[in-house]
Amino acid sequence: MSTPDEKAPIDPLDEAALDAAVKAALDDIAQAGDLDALKAVRTQHTGDRSSLALANRGIGALPGPDKAKAGKLVGPRRGRINQAIAARQSELEAERDARVLAEETVDVTLPVQRTTAGARHPIELVQERIADFFVGLGWEIADGPEVEAEWFNFDALNFGPDHPARQMQDTFYVAGDGESGGESNLVLRTHTSPVQARSLLERGVPLYIACPGRTFRTDALDQTHTPVFHQVEGLAVDKGLTMANLVGTLDAFAKAMFGPEARTRLRPAFFPFTEPSAEMDLWFPQKKGGAGWIEWGGCGMVNPNVLRAAGVDPEEYTGFAFGMGIERTLMLRHSIADMHDIVEGDVRFSTQFGTEI
Amino acid sequence: MPLIVKDWLADHVEVPADLTAEQLAADLVKIGLEEEAIHGAAVTGPLVVGRVLEMTPEPQKNGKTINWCRVDVGPEHNDAEGARGIVCGAHNFAPGDLVAVALPGTVLPGPFPIAARKTYGHVSDGMICSVRELGIGEDHDGILVLTRHGFAEEDLTPGQDAIALLGLGEEVLEINVTPDRGYAFSYRGVAREYAHSTGAKFTDRGLPTGAEPAPTADGFEVQVRDDAPINGVVGCDRFVTRIVRGIDPAAPTPAWMKHRLEGSGMRSISLAVDITNYVMLDLGQPLHAYDLAKVSAPIVVRRATPGERLTTLDDADRALDGEDLLITDSPAGAGSRVLGLAGVMGGASSEVSETTTDVLVEAAHFDQITVARTARRHKLSSEAAKRFERGVDPLLPPVAAQRVVDLLVELGGGTADAAVSDLDNTGATPQKQIALKVTEPTRLSGVEYTPEQVRSTLEEIGATVADASAAVEPVETLLVTPPSWRPDLTGPADLVEEVVRIQGYDQVPSVLPAAPGGRGLTAEQRTRRSVARALAEAGFVETLSYPFVGTPEYDALGLPADDPRRVSLRLVNPMADDKPLMRSNLLVTLLDTVRRNVSRGLTDLAVYEIGLVTRPTQGAPAAPTLPGGVRPSDEQLAALAAAVPEQPRRVAGVLTGRRELAGWWGEGRTAGWEDALAAARLVAERARADVVVVPDAEHMPWHPGRCARLELTDGTLVGHAGELHPKVVETLGLPARAAAFEVDLSVLVGAASGEPVAAVPVSAFPAAKEDFAFVVDGSVPAEAVRSAIVAGAGELLEDVALFDVFTGEQVGEGKKSLAYSLRLRAADRTLSAKEVRAVRDAVVEAAGEKVGAVLRG
Repeated sequence: MSTPDEKAPIDPLDEAALDAAVKAALDDIAQAGDLDALKAVRTQHTGDRSSLALANRGIGALPGPDKAKAGKLVGPRRGRINQAIAARQSELEAERDARVLAEETVDVTLPVQRTTAGARHPIELVQERIADFFVGLGWEIADGPEVEAEWFNFDALNFGPDHPARQMQDTFYVAGDGESGGESNLVLRTHTSPVQARSLLERGVPLYIACPGRTFRTDALDQTHTPVFHQVEGLAVDKGLTMANLVGTLDAFAKAMFGPEARTRLRPAFFPFTEPSAEMDLWFPQKKGGAGWIEWGGCGMVNPNVLRAAGVDPEEYTGFAFGMGIERTLMLRHSIADMHDIVEGDVRFSTQFGTEI
Repeated sequence: MPLIVKDWLADHVEVPADLTAEQLAADLVKIGLEEEAIHGAAVTGPLVVGRVLEMTPEPQKNGKTINWCRVDVGPEHNDAEGARGIVCGAHNFAPGDLVAVALPGTVLPGPFPIAARKTYGHVSDGMICSVRELGIGEDHDGILVLTRHGFAEEDLTPGQDAIALLGLGEEVLEINVTPDRGYAFSYRGVAREYAHSTGAKFTDRGLPTGAEPAPTADGFEVQVRDDAPINGVVGCDRFVTRIVRGIDPAAPTPAWMKHRLEGSGMRSISLAVDITNYVMLDLGQPLHAYDLAKVSAPIVVRRATPGERLTTLDDADRALDGEDLLITDSPAGAGSRVLGLAGVMGGASSEVSETTTDVLVEAAHFDQITVARTARRHKLSSEAAKRFERGVDPLLPPVAAQRVVDLLVELGGGTADAAVSDLDNTGATPQKQIALKVTEPTRLSGVEYTPEQVRSTLEEIGATVADASAAVEPVETLLVTPPSWRPDLTGPADLVEEVVRIQGYDQVPSVLPAAPGGRGLTAEQRTRRSVARALAEAGFVETLSYPFVGTPEYDALGLPADDPRRVSLRLVNPMADDKPLMRSNLLVTLLDTVRRNVSRGLTDLAVYEIGLVTRPTQGAPAAPTLPGGVRPSDEQLAALAAAVPEQPRRVAGVLTGRRELAGWWGEGRTAGWEDALAAARLVAERARADVVVVPDAEHMPWHPGRCARLELTDGTLVGHAGELHPKVVETLGLPARAAAFEVDLSVLVGAASGEPVAAVPVSAFPAAKEDFAFVVDGSVPAEAVRSAIVAGAGELLEDVALFDVFTGEQVGEGKKSLAYSLRLRAADRTLSAKEVRAVRDAVVEAAGEKVGAVLRG
């Protein structure tokens, strides 16, 4: 870098000297390696005491005709230097920015989750999904108590006190109050069906409801059984409903849960609260040992006695009802082999499902 | 449930010779008889008839004597010397006997594959089989000698296939019979159903033929003295007895009958017993054979009296109940000795034995409910009880008794006695006629049936169909009398099921009904979802637990003896005796889930559960028992509602270990009371309920100094949140400082207004920020300071945040400094410096006045 040459101010009319000063400035600008250097260069070549500034100042002392000439010689030259500095400034700034950003590079493959993710239990998610399907059909979702009066769990559903079917349900009975003694006539509901009578009594007809919920039977926990499980109950009571409507609803439901290829079939069965009654089978391509029918739930036309117990005239109204196991649905849908995973509450199980299934 | 032997079924209905168990199952399931299982062929491989030629006893060093046998197993299997060498440890046979030989390659039940093996110095080239090894009986006595097992010597040839002979090669279908189809507990019934399904030709062998003799004056006297009928139904409405004398007690049960019985899952016992079982399986009529010599006339059918006992055939000594219907005889006065539980099980005293020559046959009809209750009471699910409680054809007794007599005569060499008794009161309860509108099957099924189809289908199931008078019924109405074997058919809907079932459920079309349109999820249901999702998004994992607990679980929570949460509903028959109670709170079972996770090494936990708890009222009335089929009165419904305990829906959560994980960024953060409280507040916020928080120093299982009680603004308890008591943490083996919350979602939902939010306009004018540091007494709750600030700031306050809490020398002993940042804004103008100063002064004044706060210098 050339040193400031205050001692020898350039004659503003000395073109060669002016050019030399410009060249010296441009060389210095080009060589400025960083913004600090460029700042120094700027002071040196455009500052008040730079040779061109001094030359410029010298113009004022020139005689008239020379003033204009000198102005045309000095002005553009100073302009060139300023431009060059500006250009170099942007270049160096861009370089600096790029370098800073490069220096700030992080390893984006580092683990970033500082809190563990939460999740819903899939049994709950399946119930919500089922509820959404029925709400989509224009049905409503009903809830009922888990500790239930025997009348709602059995009698209202046409299970008389001595009905053999009352025995085939492995019922948890509630003890009578210690002081009053005797029987409580309460049970843990063995199915979601008591909501049938409750809803009919509370809401009246026409009625289209689904009731997902928790149910209880005295089965020991093993790979496919659990004493505490979930069902979804469906009930439609209206004028003119038929078994064909039952089949239509089940078909749509099966497709919603298992995809467009899902098929159902009904075969005769027996439930006290439906007549005719049917078991519903689902065509299951992933069945162990080859595609085949698997039992999905029970269904039928609401027994006239159930309608009567809820004060509905069976001559005027007909209805259909169905119920299926949520655990079974979940196990089929998600290839869950062991019930223990569903009931034990190990967070690793729920976490697989996130918040949507 | 019944096992179906194909050739026995063929006695009643034509079946194709090549009918497989799978096909039979498919045919029956269509009609409603579900497959329970298909039992595979019991034995495979070369199991053949062999004749023992030589038998050489060889004593062994171990004290046993084995027999080295040469057995003729037919030219196809014999070695060059015309037999095979087999070692046998049993001694109950002799040269010349015909036996079953499992040659190498045979697989016996077990599975037990047979191979040639070296033993006791010989190569044993097969095995001579016992009944037990073949899986056809429990007999330990030794080798199955075929001629002693009901086979005639002339029918047996060495080398003959013994699998077919013993019926061990067939797959057997086991079906499931629903409680309404008692008649399907017989070949007669299953055959009829098979005919319905396939159209095969069916012959009903259970109908009276007219050959059954009429009762005679000298018939064995029977009296029914039921002084305590259940629901007004006399326990026995028919009792037929027959007598067969001079039976050879040594007469064996023929092989074909044994084969059929064993194939149907029943063991062969003795000829007389086998015959009664055989006829029961065949026709569905439970029967009993008494040793005539041990029965003193008259037989009296009566209810038990208190204190009476009976040792039943299963050797159990049973105390009888006043509702039990008994068969008694009269050695010391009428009805003085108990012979058996009617329709359930006989007693040991009158049993036929190996010396019985004269047999008294009982074929009776008992009330379903009486039998069901007795079977249940004594936990005796006998073959007879299974049939009677589901309903047996009341016209069967004389037909079935005749079959038994015929077989005893034919196979036992007995002579039928002319004496016959038939106490018949079935006429008192005739089969009811059902009026069925001919359009009803179509109305319920959606399938168009012609009147002819309806009529013919009902006739096919054995019903009698007549036309009602057109003058009485405007629509064509059929008067249908169900067949005697179908007591389950009691109303039009039952007949509709028969029509649809026989015509085929596959005929029913699929038509999605159009519901009138619902209101969507209820507010409670939406809130439940919203809360569940919010917690999951906040990092909590949802789990579910069984609601069963015991007192030790409450003890572990440190609940005081008089804590209302100890009032729990008790189950009569819990899964586990140590957990007979229904949980009164969620934490008690959720903590069990936490312990399981912790024990599996998952210690950084945030879990939650949403579920019902049971809060019974002490001294609550029992629920009324009411009949079905009738709408209860409003008072009765109210009584039902009053008896069902409160079951609020709760949300509980537990945090252990780190809330924020350790990692390359640092140590993370251990979960604490504040995380539990934040979650509880989140729940309340999602439920759109306003809650206030106050300290609660006495609420186990929480830490007395770190427990927040959440209340509605009216003081209603919502729940608790905070750190768990260190003792509870220690007892449960949880990571230190575990925190928990439990709030009542039902209370929160009830408190939410449900009204749409009235929106406040958003001001676009600039905000003024003011910071304050107040020094207050250490015991002053932050919430009180905040309220004072809010009250002082007035309506210009948009937001207030506590950004620092500081204690130390600078603020003085027993004091703390709380630093707040306020954002002030007006809806309609930019605030002037003067206005801001006024707010500032008001805040300082209010804080000083209400909580003694001093602005920190």
